Amino acid sequence: MGKLTIGVFPGVVGNMSYDFALKIAGAAKDKGHDVSIWFSGNASGSVIAGQKHLKDYSTAEQHLKALLEKGVEICVCEACAVARGAKKDTAIEGIQWNAMHWYLAAIHGADRVLHIGGE
Amino acid sequence: MSDIKLAFIVQQPQYKGETSRLAITHAIAYQTVEILLEDDETVTPKLCFVGEGVLGITKDQPAMEIYGITSTESHMKNSLLVDLEVLVCKEDLDKYGIPESDLPDAEDMGADVTIQVVPFAEIQKAMDEAKHVLMF
Repeated sequence: MGKLTIGVFPGVVGNMSYDFALKIAGAAKDKGHDVSIWFSGNASGSVIAGQKHLKDYSTAEQHLKALLEKGVEICVCEACAVARGAKKDTAIEGIQWNAMHWYLAAIHGADRVLHIGGE
Repeated sequence: MSDIKLAFIVQQPQYKGETSRLAITHAIAYQTVEILLEDDETVTPKLCFVGEGVLGITKDQPAMEIYGITSTESHMKNSLLVDLEVLVCKEDLDKYGIPESDLPDAEDMGADVTIQVVPFAEIQKAMDEAKHVLMF
């Protein structure tokens, strides 16, 4: 089985690219691949815990928790997150916080990279 | 020795969105990735500007004075300072009427490398040689 690294940059609200990234991460993991996700840019705001699910808007929390439970590795860009008011102690548990070199290291070990650019 | 070549392709203009700036900052991060890799492992990105991506990378940007944020110019200079290979598409510069002399260098900071203005074929070559291509 291979290793897939997914860079996710779009925000969770406003387009479906974020949702697509999480769906494909889950599908790859179900097939037995190792999957790492890097959140940067607007995607980094999606790691805040306590998201209210309104049916008109995509939300991330339940999907991220499910992916973490499956063993998907998830890391958020700390600078991008704190710039948006996110804090580690109020973020979804299990998500790593690191600097941009984490993404490059994950790419180094990846067989395939899906880089999903943002706005 | 395991070196992974990457091509960062910037095709959106600076300041319009965040992603074009994130291309530069992520590429610069190659300087510190070694702390997460084994001794013989490296990552070598090439930072390439094409299409509208050539907009907003010129010198004399007063972003700090006007918006209170660091300018793309300063990020470009930092890229050169860490010896990042920076390629800018000549055809697209010509298309937008941007002379090569408008691009910044980082000589004042002691950088050894400069921005390379190259035909698109060179950027295509960088993409061909890269294991992974990241579009911003």
